[in-house]
Amino acid sequence: MDVLERFSRGDLEAFEAIFRQFQGEVYGWTLRMVRDRATAEDLTIEAFWRMYRAHARFDPARSFGAWARRIATNVAYDHLKKTRHEERFPEEYAGKPAADPVVQREVRDGIHLAFATLPPKLRVVASLRLIEERPEGEIAEALGTSIGTVKSRAFRAVRLLRKHLKRLGIEP
Amino acid sequence: MNERDEQIVRLLRNVIRPMEDAELARDLWPRMLDKMKGTAIRVPWFDWALAGLLVLLLCLFPAAIPGILYHL
Repeated sequence: MDVLERFSRGDLEAFEAIFRQFQGEVYGWTLRMVRDRATAEDLTIEAFWRMYRAHARFDPARSFGAWARRIATNVAYDHLKKTRHEERFPEEYAGKPAADPVVQREVRDGIHLAFATLPPKLRVVASLRLIEERPEGEIAEALGTSIGTVKSRAFRAVRLLRKHLKRLGIEP
Repeated sequence: MNERDEQIVRLLRNVIRPMEDAELARDLWPRMLDKMKGTAIRVPWFDWALAGLLVLLLCLFPAAIPGILYHL
């Protein structure tokens, strides 16, 4: 019996083997959505905990990675819903300073603020598609939606960012 | 997307960089085990209250025991 089948029957050793194989992938995927290392670690644990509890619903014939990304996306989405308006990105992830530091600071703050106020559904797509440039098909699969919906959310995220920035007096 | 939208995307990418290093720095399995152990032994207070209520009812109405067993 292979490891995925044993996992689907609740075997703890199989779960450990899968955890060790996929923890890096789940962490990387989560980090790209929440953009904070400590939070991504916590959410990776939470995602695997949900996977463990849902082991009986996993079909060993299907891709574990895709199933894991789907659950990790839901966990990250729940986190973003809870922490909306509270977050700011760590300085290490910010862009390079421009020639005029005063203007650049305003623009950076404006972008961070506008991005943080995006609805979580749009923010996840904006992170994965617009910033990380992940394939639309991969994002659609992780969100359990269609490529058309991903495109639509990316478009709405851009329009909303532009609206927020305009309100802050920033027009690129 | 039109040119103005493209500008917004370029600005966004300039300010919020793609994650170049998304590698996990340490093994999370020990933390996973802690969570599993911690959650496994934790029983919600409501469950304890229900169990206590059931024991109390059985003490007060022992004649109901066969009826309860029948419905299990």
